[in-house]
Amino acid sequence: MTGASARGGANRIAGGSQVDYGKPLGFEFEGRRYEGLAGDSIASALAANGVWLLSRSFKYHRPRGVLTMAGHDGNTLVRVGNEPNVRADRHPISEGLAVKGQNYRGSLEKDRDAWLGRVSRFLPVGFYYRAFYKPKWAWQRLWEPWFRKSAGLGEADLAAAHGYFDKAFGHYDVAVIGGGPAGMSAAAFAAKAGANVVLIGESPVLGGALNYARFDVERAGAAKTRGELAADLEKSPNLTIMTYAACTGWFADNWLSVVRGERLHKIRAREVILATGAVGQPAQFRNNDLPGIMLGSAAQRLIRLYGVRPGRTAVVVTANDDGYGAALDLLDAGVTVAALVDLRPESGTAPCEDAVRERGLTVFNGYGVSEAVPVRGNRHVSGVRIAKIGERGAVGDGGQTIPCDLLCVCNGGMPAYQLALQAGGRLGYDDGRSVFSITGLGGHLHLAGAVNGALSLEAALADGRRAAWRAVQALGIGGVTEPVALADPTVQRMRPHPIATHPRGMDFVDFDEDLQVKDILNAVAEGYNEVELVKRFSTVGMGPSQGRHSALPTARLVARATGRTVGEVGVTTARPPVSGEKLGVLAGRGFEPERHTAMHHRHLEAGAQMMTAGLWWRPAFYGPRARRADAIREEIAAVRENVGMIDVSTLGGLDIRGPGAAEFMNRIYTFAYVKQQVGRARYVLMTNEAGAIIDDGIACRLSEDHYYVTATTGGVDRVYLMMLWWNAQWRLDVDITNVTAAYAAVNVAGPQSRALLAPLTEGIDLSGEAFPYMGVREGLLAGIPARIFRVGFVGELGFEVHVPTSMGEALWDAVTGAGTEFGLRPFGVEAQRVLRLEKGHIIVGQDTDAMTTPEEADMTWAIAKRKPFFVGKRSIEMRGRRLSKRKLVGFTLDADGPLPEESNLVLRRGEIVGFVTSVARSAALAKTIGLAYTARDASEPGAAIRIRLSSGGDVNGVVVAPHFYDPENKRQEM
Amino acid sequence: MPFGLLKYGFRKRYPAGPDLSWPSDLKSHYDVIIIGGGGHGLAIAYHLAKHWGIRDVCVVEKGYIGGGNTARNTMVIRSNYITPQSVRFYKAAVDLFGTLSGELGINLMYSQRGQLTLAHSDATIRTFRLRAETGKFCGTRIEMVDRAQIREIVPSLHMPEDARYPILGGLWHEDGGTARHDALAWGYAARAQRLGVEVHQRTEVTGIQIEKGRATGVETTRGAIGAGQVVQAVSGLSSVVAKMAGIVLPIRTYPLQAMVTQPLKPFLDPLVSSAGLHVYVSQTARGELVIGGGSDPYELYAARPTLEIKEGLAMHLLELFPFLSNVRILRQWAGITDITPDYSPIMGKSPVENYWLDAGWGTYGFKATPASGKYMAQAIATGTVPEIIAPFGLDRFATMDLINEMGATAASH
Repeated sequence: MTGASARGGANRIAGGSQVDYGKPLGFEFEGRRYEGLAGDSIASALAANGVWLLSRSFKYHRPRGVLTMAGHDGNTLVRVGNEPNVRADRHPISEGLAVKGQNYRGSLEKDRDAWLGRVSRFLPVGFYYRAFYKPKWAWQRLWEPWFRKSAGLGEADLAAAHGYFDKAFGHYDVAVIGGGPAGMSAAAFAAKAGANVVLIGESPVLGGALNYARFDVERAGAAKTRGELAADLEKSPNLTIMTYAACTGWFADNWLSVVRGERLHKIRAREVILATGAVGQPAQFRNNDLPGIMLGSAAQRLIRLYGVRPGRTAVVVTANDDGYGAALDLLDAGVTVAALVDLRPESGTAPCEDAVRERGLTVFNGYGVSEAVPVRGNRHVSGVRIAKIGERGAVGDGGQTIPCDLLCVCNGGMPAYQLALQAGGRLGYDDGRSVFSITGLGGHLHLAGAVNGALSLEAALADGRRAAWRAVQALGIGGVTEPVALADPTVQRMRPHPIATHPRGMDFVDFDEDLQVKDILNAVAEGYNEVELVKRFSTVGMGPSQGRHSALPTARLVARATGRTVGEVGVTTARPPVSGEKLGVLAGRGFEPERHTAMHHRHLEAGAQMMTAGLWWRPAFYGPRARRADAIREEIAAVRENVGMIDVSTLGGLDIRGPGAAEFMNRIYTFAYVKQQVGRARYVLMTNEAGAIIDDGIACRLSEDHYYVTATTGGVDRVYLMMLWWNAQWRLDVDITNVTAAYAAVNVAGPQSRALLAPLTEGIDLSGEAFPYMGVREGLLAGIPARIFRVGFVGELGFEVHVPTSMGEALWDAVTGAGTEFGLRPFGVEAQRVLRLEKGHIIVGQDTDAMTTPEEADMTWAIAKRKPFFVGKRSIEMRGRRLSKRKLVGFTLDADGPLPEESNLVLRRGEIVGFVTSVARSAALAKTIGLAYTARDASEPGAAIRIRLSSGGDVNGVVVAPHFYDPENKRQEM
Repeated sequence: MPFGLLKYGFRKRYPAGPDLSWPSDLKSHYDVIIIGGGGHGLAIAYHLAKHWGIRDVCVVEKGYIGGGNTARNTMVIRSNYITPQSVRFYKAAVDLFGTLSGELGINLMYSQRGQLTLAHSDATIRTFRLRAETGKFCGTRIEMVDRAQIREIVPSLHMPEDARYPILGGLWHEDGGTARHDALAWGYAARAQRLGVEVHQRTEVTGIQIEKGRATGVETTRGAIGAGQVVQAVSGLSSVVAKMAGIVLPIRTYPLQAMVTQPLKPFLDPLVSSAGLHVYVSQTARGELVIGGGSDPYELYAARPTLEIKEGLAMHLLELFPFLSNVRILRQWAGITDITPDYSPIMGKSPVENYWLDAGWGTYGFKATPASGKYMAQAIATGTVPEIIAPFGLDRFATMDLINEMGATAASH
């Protein structure tokens, strides 16, 4: 399989299983055009063209290249189109794809910020805490702007449009996470047992290490095993396979977030099997970050998946048997293997090991890497310095330098523990044997394969079957024979690479954050002696790779420095997501409901300016915006002089039915409702447990056990929930239904309202005698079944008409048609606010705040004092014994003086004693009127009130009773 | 390059301070025991030692210092509250932050880049005006701004006229800013330790010793310790710890979540928040966007993040900044917030003598740290609660002299 292919780059060789050699694709990187093959990732295509430098590091702007080829590292973050921080080793190329490097000044090749690496010794760990704050203005004015300029990795394109993203839901018996051998074997077993299974794999094809790792000398077993597993899966009808899909989070009760392309799959599974594998670990030595230094598995992925020769001359350093397989693969790919450095002191008996020796490779047993030698500008590795590992386990001085352009690191793996730890698992470590374990997982969660310590292929396959069997048992599927456990699988001999500290540093523990060995040790020396403190002080593990490669060396270093074991030191909390999730994917299409009343289109046709009211849109006033003040004035005049109509469909509607209805009303509202007559309406006031007003409305008793209650537009949903919440405790025999959406309603108000409506009604006598104030009648209005209440929010004779929503528009049209001769005008929320203010009626939420008591708002008349209980009664009584310092009052100002704004402060003796809650110029009264909180000892009518205007000046007014207009209520009760 | 860093470059060995030092053994008695090694507890300890000469102080922390809500908040510092009592208190905190880096000898990266809060309804406009007027009256930098001004403050903000939640106006709080939350805890700890205060990590309080209505010490996982005074500063567990002292606090506890993106080249200087959309965002000096919102809708003591909150935050953030849809979330986490009925904290005396409360910090604890530390220490040292924190006493829930801050906290942390 040697011999360069003509197409798809000079380093292209035959045998790449994922690329289509017949489909070359052109793409751009850093403005230069390259040719790759269909199936290539950006990184593999660039590697095929000999481009290894992919990015510049966060702090020192060091050149960085391929490290894992698995999307596990932050080295490969590039910009694709307007999308920053794309993983080049995961993202496929396509024809014309435009890719750019990130985090450089000048060019990726010649970064003008590369000097930062040379002053790194002046930038000790946490250096930004040490300086830059004297004098006190220096940080914000001088240093922070500089830091901010050099911060960040990718760049957000401020002009980027919101793309299309969406969501899907999945429900399965078993979700298997991980498409490697353990996951495939688990999925096949569970599906065969009859469970409905989803198998979620991160790579474009299933198989995991079977696709690239070498399990035997002849390289025959992997393909065979993969074929068998794939055949098993294919036979399963009740199996869903999701490839190229990343499970990014485990949430309570096996609720999984799975990102696949631009879609978020939300999956609930009764049983979850985590077969997430292990994450290959880099080794620490000087210049361990140079392009050309990669995990052995990365080199194997390049060769086997993409048909790319990863270098010309390689050195392999290995902590276990893996390096031997990698060395054979390199040889097969035509790479010269200059040396195999085996960290273990003695040679072993693995079959690949014999093959390597047979092919004449030099093996250095008991050696480690002390340093990698860079080419100029650190753009690639040019050689590796190796030395004997001393008795104390450190790489010795001296040794020899072996020239190479590729260093493959096989340093063992760490379980991909993130999901398991999110689910409450704990990571343990046996320092002596360098073996991890995950314990403490709750029920319905199972581990399989490498994440569970089953490292050999046979062990992983068996472990997958065992996990699936446990899951199937938990599902209650009987008759499935327990698969045999692999009898005591031999633990691989393993000796992790010593952390080789170098006096001149650049021995990176965290590539994302440019943290060196000394940075971690110095953080501990400064007293940050817990791994979480080290993380926060040094930022280790906070970068894009989320500590996949830094957690273990950090734990080892902290353990070394504090005399604890790695197991005791542990790793930092695993937080979702496992890998970055696009905001767009999380957001999906964005579902922001809007509510329109049945008359919505009529308002628009009438030229209404709409305003939001919670989810609803309501007319603020009718007419062009430029005529706002005039329009509102005319609408008010129409109501006061003739007749007006307002759409009040947004008012909440609640149906309270059942034998317990009256008792329920009595408990939930402050007034008395047991003796309320059928056919009468009564004001309702709701307080919370603190005795504060939270809602109001009208209760109509339609029959002995049926109340129809209105609530405020903004409050109804909360009121409804509270009703359910309370009745869950009271268990009264009532049904509570939120019927807001079922009814449309208008309020027809003004001296002419009776004359207008009378001809339209059938079976309802609107006369004052037959239909008194606060009466309720049911009948037909313009042929529409209607409930009519005689209420007076705006202070004129008025009728509130509730009809089924489907007939709301017909109602509007009928009243509008009949109203022409009476000078009917529709009016909006703005006019209504002034009208009700003239009557001194409060708006809950505007004239009350979260603390307002009925007493403060002068509404004790709405409290039935002899009731044994209502929500808030106890607090109201307490507060009644010790009155608050403030009181809601009416006030008037000269009409020609300045007009305060709502929320302007009320001042007394240089202190804030309250604020204006409502204010308007009243044409009817020829004054400026308003409601405000003021000091209780200045709340009697006639007292002075001083209001601080937004402009800073003060205006003086006088406190009056808030019933400004028609205080005897003659107009509404006529 | 500042001179402070030269020693690190020119000395052969790393000149470790060290910042923090840890005593190994607990003594049998201290003048003051502070339960909770977060920002608040450490700030109280520092002020006791520094300004009141009380150095026989022990801070007991069940995990590691600053590991609770000090680590989990989103670093916002502001004083744009509704009531004058709150504005004065938080303004005192803002003022203290201004000189705190120098005082503690650690760069807290305190930066007043301003906070812009957006209004999508006229009800919010009214609340904003109240906050603006109260703030101006109390001497803070705050004003109402219109759409044109908003566009100037945050040019990248998406402000179409026909938005589902149109931006009607805003509240611009120039004093608003951020500081590095962890460093605050470390700075207080380091200075307090240098003055003789002992800080014990991995030491969990399991009981409060009370004799004749008087706190005399605490029981811990490492044994009992006697004390002249006991202070609890355990945000998220306020009611649980108070219960050990037999005190029932009017607190409901909710998780509060936040998340952070990968670092991006900075494009957003001020903090932007929208109460209506339940989201706020700021960009750190590292370039990450820190995104938060309102508390979870149900009570819970577990700090576990949920998918639904994350989806909601993303959806609403994109309403404001749609160009971020390709930006990736890197981490998501939750803190635990103790909410009182009036959304204001509880500071001062308790029904148990010699037992002090620093509790109920809801979503506003971090920003208060220097002020609560200073004035709580004064209260403990003198036995008299200073005027500025007196309104925040536990007894206000009996007298109903509440400090209503509901509406100044939702999604504006």
